[in-house]
Amino acid sequence: MTGPEPIGQVTDSWSRVHPLSPVVRAGRAVVGLLTIAGVNSASQHQPPWDALGLAVVAIVAGVVYWRVTRWRIQGGELQIDTGLLRRQQIRVPLTQIQGVDLVRPLVARMFGVAEVRVVLASHGAAPARLAYIAEERAVSVRARLLAIAHGLDADVPAPPERPIIAVPPSRIIAAGLASARFGFGIVFLVSGIVVGIAAPQVIAPAFTTFFLLLALTLVATGRQVSAEWDFRVAEAPDGLRLESGLLQHRAETVPYGRIQAVRWVEPLLWRPFGWVRLEFDVARQRSAERGDRQSAATTKALFPVGSREEARWLLARVLPGATGELPVSCGVPAPALLRIPLARRYARMQHDATYLSCSTGRVRPSVVIMPLAKIQSVRWVQGPWSRKLNLASVYVDTAGHRYTGSAAFRGVDEAQQLVATLPGLARDARRAARA
Amino acid sequence: MSDVVWRSPSTGMWRARRLVLLLIGVPTTAVVAIVVGVAGAAPAGAAAAAVGAVATAVVGWLLWRRYRAWGYAERADDLLIRRGIMVRRLSVVPYGRMQFIDVTAGPIDRMYGLATVQLHTAAAATDARIPGLDRADAELLRDHLAALGEARATGL
Repeated sequence: MTGPEPIGQVTDSWSRVHPLSPVVRAGRAVVGLLTIAGVNSASQHQPPWDALGLAVVAIVAGVVYWRVTRWRIQGGELQIDTGLLRRQQIRVPLTQIQGVDLVRPLVARMFGVAEVRVVLASHGAAPARLAYIAEERAVSVRARLLAIAHGLDADVPAPPERPIIAVPPSRIIAAGLASARFGFGIVFLVSGIVVGIAAPQVIAPAFTTFFLLLALTLVATGRQVSAEWDFRVAEAPDGLRLESGLLQHRAETVPYGRIQAVRWVEPLLWRPFGWVRLEFDVARQRSAERGDRQSAATTKALFPVGSREEARWLLARVLPGATGELPVSCGVPAPALLRIPLARRYARMQHDATYLSCSTGRVRPSVVIMPLAKIQSVRWVQGPWSRKLNLASVYVDTAGHRYTGSAAFRGVDEAQQLVATLPGLARDARRAARA
Repeated sequence: MSDVVWRSPSTGMWRARRLVLLLIGVPTTAVVAIVVGVAGAAPAGAAAAAVGAVATAVVGWLLWRRYRAWGYAERADDLLIRRGIMVRRLSVVPYGRMQFIDVTAGPIDRMYGLATVQLHTAAAATDARIPGLDRADAELLRDHLAALGEARATGL
């Protein structure tokens, strides 16, 4: 444990990642291997050389990585040098960052270290992350990165956070139990039992299948509950902080104005509780999203579950002036019934001078709200079948890749109107946002 | 969109597409006709040749229409690109959103002195490609777009 170092040392001299990071990086693999080894040696009464060998290899690889990796913050850049045979020098211009995440997997928490991950917009860029450094230092590094990103002096201390919303774990559990996924799990369980009673001769294969499916849904639900456990949103002058996690704890910082779109979802099974969920999208590279094996993944919830009022309030905080209301009019003309018979009801779109909101969905609507200032391109698509019906679709892209604004199967006149006006409105919104 | 001046790719693009079509269509037709003619009867071979010729002509007509469907227009603040005959697409890309511009030329394109200009924005779904420009035009367009993009660049 190195403890917090004086700030002066963090800036200009090269530092290594935490000496324990090889252990943490190899952590899960090693724990798994040692468990297997323990079970095996207990049953076979001989030392588990193979498992021990693999664990040693993993740790040696980690130590090599630790030896060849160094980083520093200098000249408005985060600089990371790494690689043994193929040297890699990563230079991250801090004015370009989309966010800073602090991720602490379970093993890292046991050792008091954290991973700092810088979110960048570029596709295919090497992920810029420091895995792992001491927790206190990670917090100060985050403050420095964000201070530089906002054009402040690097030594400006981390501004105070103001908690604005906390979601109690009980509600997260309840929401997980009321999710469609868990519902399917119950259906699998019931069908397994029904098949078992009705046709006892196929009991074994039926049980295996249904319980496997049940186990899968349980694991998926458990993952989500664990990831969104103890969800907190805090406001800091340098951005919005999102913290959560039962085993793996993560704290995302999303600077204001970096949010590309927000999605408002109301699952059917949550209806009795009046709950809604907000998800958000920033311009982040796909590799950071997936989280390669050594790097921990983050969630996409802005507000995992809660009342409509809370969601509306939070939405107005991140996108001032946005309401999240379902667009009123059904914008799709009658012929579209042939193309989207089930989804027609909620295929709506409307926009004002600042936001575009579109809803999609069959049973329950989900609404995507995009600031017009974030629009990257507007596309018109008209297939042969649509042309016959005098329909056309308009799509709106932002730098986030999760959501596309869509006005599918509109009347040709309305679609033409949208394509003609949206780019101009987006331009005015960009100008207004800059001013 | 009626006030927009659309520009088309070079006629070289049509010549290049036609060459590829003939390079594929004529030998295929010939081989099929000969095989059918030798294995079956000579009239069958002639019929196969006729079918091949008609198919090649039909594909050629589709390619011609597809070539005609390509167009781009530089407006004050954004670039318009349209394409497609079956599925018609139109993309509007503001200059300020361009991250970088690619100019590429494959072997057949190079024979005809052509190049493709591809615009990249921060959105992966943005589909903005102008194929079949004369090399010089492509380079002019690239520089022009880059200058416009620089002047209007906005953060994400």
